[in-house]
Amino acid sequence: MADVLTFTDRGIYCPAGDFYIDPWRPVDRALITHGHSDHARWGMKRYLATTGTAPVMRHRLGDITLETTDYGVETRIGDATVSFHPAGHVPGSAQIRVAVKGEVWVVSGDYKTVADGLSEPFEPVPCHAFITECTFGLPIFKWTPQDILARQINDWWAANAAAGRTSILGAYALGKAQRLLTTVNPDIGPILTHGAIENTNTVLRGQGFTLPETTLVTAETTHKTHPGALVLATPSALGTPWARKFGTASTAFASGWMALRGVRRRRAADRGFIVSDHADWQGLNSAIKATGATKIFATHGYTGAFQKWLSSQGYDAHIVSTDYQGEGFDQADEAEA
Amino acid sequence: MKDFAALFTRIDESTKTSVKTAALADYFRTATPEDRLWTIALFTGRRPKRTITATKLREWAAEVAGLPDWLFEESYSIVGDLAETIALVLPPATQSQDHTLTHWISYIKTLATLEDDARKSGILDAWNNLPHTERFLFTKLLTGGFRIGVSAKLITRALAQATGQPEPELTHKLMGNWTPDTTTWDALIEADDPSADLSRPYPFYLAYQLDGFDDLGPPADWNAERKWDGIRGQLIIRGGEHHLWSRGEDLMTDRFPELAQLRDYLPDGTVIDGEVLAFADEKPLSFNALQKRIGRKTVPKKLLVEAPVILMAYDLLEHQGADVRDMPLKDRRAALADLIKDAPVTAPLRLSASVPFQSWDDLSTARDQSRELNAEGLMLKRLDSPYLAGRKRGDWWKWKIDPLTIDAVMIYAQAGHGRRANLFTDYTFAVRDGSDLVPFTKAYSGLTDKEFREITAWVRKNTLQRFGPVRQVPPEHVFEIAFEGIQASPRHKSGVALRFPRMLRWRRDKPVDEANTLDDLNEMLATYG
Repeated sequence: MADVLTFTDRGIYCPAGDFYIDPWRPVDRALITHGHSDHARWGMKRYLATTGTAPVMRHRLGDITLETTDYGVETRIGDATVSFHPAGHVPGSAQIRVAVKGEVWVVSGDYKTVADGLSEPFEPVPCHAFITECTFGLPIFKWTPQDILARQINDWWAANAAAGRTSILGAYALGKAQRLLTTVNPDIGPILTHGAIENTNTVLRGQGFTLPETTLVTAETTHKTHPGALVLATPSALGTPWARKFGTASTAFASGWMALRGVRRRRAADRGFIVSDHADWQGLNSAIKATGATKIFATHGYTGAFQKWLSSQGYDAHIVSTDYQGEGFDQADEAEA
Repeated sequence: MKDFAALFTRIDESTKTSVKTAALADYFRTATPEDRLWTIALFTGRRPKRTITATKLREWAAEVAGLPDWLFEESYSIVGDLAETIALVLPPATQSQDHTLTHWISYIKTLATLEDDARKSGILDAWNNLPHTERFLFTKLLTGGFRIGVSAKLITRALAQATGQPEPELTHKLMGNWTPDTTTWDALIEADDPSADLSRPYPFYLAYQLDGFDDLGPPADWNAERKWDGIRGQLIIRGGEHHLWSRGEDLMTDRFPELAQLRDYLPDGTVIDGEVLAFADEKPLSFNALQKRIGRKTVPKKLLVEAPVILMAYDLLEHQGADVRDMPLKDRRAALADLIKDAPVTAPLRLSASVPFQSWDDLSTARDQSRELNAEGLMLKRLDSPYLAGRKRGDWWKWKIDPLTIDAVMIYAQAGHGRRANLFTDYTFAVRDGSDLVPFTKAYSGLTDKEFREITAWVRKNTLQRFGPVRQVPPEHVFEIAFEGIQASPRHKSGVALRFPRMLRWRRDKPVDEANTLDDLNEMLATYG
């Protein structure tokens, strides 16, 4: 049977429907899994995405031709039937299911299997072939359970507030920052936000997501106007003059990479919280198993090791080169806003 | 071990010296004396004897975690630390016990006396009883040193805060050949007689790289000498015995047996700071000659003939049994010259001669001769300076020569370890040989984080082939590689090995066909090898 999807230098392509999924070069028709900049790029003639992803895409990409669809609704494109299913990565994020003549392939985009309290929870989609990320595809990655994570962050913030220090937490503007907002206890003190994060907050609030009250940091905002505050900043803002005006501060960074002591230390923040919107080792393995797929394509992350591991587990596993970046630790986060 | 784990976490989490010092001082006030002593020992590189091989630990950890060996190894190559890898891949502990640090160290020692099976179950049991950080630390005790960004200086400062003793005194007490098995907290830290240990060295005085002559004052205030390219060493002659210490506080006495005869020429109560050099015909040999002797605990006769060493004396720290570090340098050197002048020419001891100069320009000319003299550059020392402890600005400066450089093409890239696990930072470089590219060195450092990120993105998109963790990339980027020395090496395809290679610059301006050639490299080998 012909392949439902092929891998081209423009992106993942469906010959039966003549469309691309998350392409990285301009094409006529693009289906988009989620709004992060390595997946939703500028320059496509037509886009199709979930209703939940649309506002952030419009915010980032401006005036684009964008059709929307809801989770689980089947759409016919050429000889292919496509539908979007929750990926649990960020609000609105989707896996894209493509069926052609009874053969079903699923493109996961980025995903995580644990519920974060904000994004629509990941839903396993049975398929023949599963195209998976593996940003954290090694057994050294195990995420901290959400309740323990909440306690760690709240304890850190409360201790800082008691000692008269500002707490500055670095997190990506789309997804991670809002997940943290719903994780922290707003009774501890005021929550201040960096502009890139507040923009995304506004978009998500407009979609009906409930976030705690936040205050945009302006030229007048300091530790004196908002003592004991938690400042949510983009990772690149940490260590800049913008962050230095908050007086004595403790800095922290929230990322899956914080599981590694070496990376934590390179970042030179006071604390590292292990939290990711990608699946950890256990999550990847259980998600793949739940699809029932026998053919697996690994797109980005520790692809070599992960492919070898899946092969040893009896899967027909392959590596595909793409331009996706996963949770790039050092990349400028403006691109994700 | 909860309190030790808490101490570790506080130190590890912070980038601020004041926070680390306070954490250590708190610990030195509250932990048991045994635990305090072990903590000092561990943080100053005195680890308990290894009782289980790293191979066994990997095997057992992979087994418990249900991972194939190759996947464990792959994980290890990303994490870069065996103990951390083990702590990360093991399933969570199902029980919990709190014992002192000293308890766990004794536990490890008793494992040595057990049969293989019992040792294995002892380790597995411990892993299953310890939460993540404690498990990591326990495994660290099994595998090796504790390099966690705590310098000897920081330990000393914390001890000074906790005990009220002056820092220099504590620095001296902590040096030397002690282990927690041979001393106690009271004997080492609290007792009054620091000179009891005859082998105890003085802290080395280290210099910063010279950054200009403007603040130095008149040239006449300074002594210049060669910065010899050997191993810095401190020779101690006390009580009829001699000891040779390295800057890293390693006892090197047995590695350089020829220095034993200096007991016959130097009086008791003498301590000399100098450079151990391979030396023949009144000239230092290149560092390559000395390199053959580094790392060898016993020396075959042949090597003693091929690469005989001397001590090139820089300074005198103890004279006639008295600490003379507070005397001005010119007086210490005069006394040193006096001690050395009567030794026969066959004695492996020379005074590092002063380099005469009237002006800084003279000195610059003298520095240009460094490489032909097998020296690394010049040292400038203020004539009235005392011998201080540690790296200090002001009185001593090193003025090193510029490194050798070559423009090379990047052909392979590999992700880094530890701090650089998610970046491609380890590259293999080649020189041109006709239409071929011949790999000749690897380099890991010298670029900015921004450049590493840029190259990482490029490598991801331009991988030609994968060999395990190594990616072959198109030969498109030229880098200027700096190195300190070059020698012939039959083990390398190119026939050369470089000393301390690093990337000086990314030469974006240079096309690949302007990179250096194998002929250029061989010419450097002929000139400097």
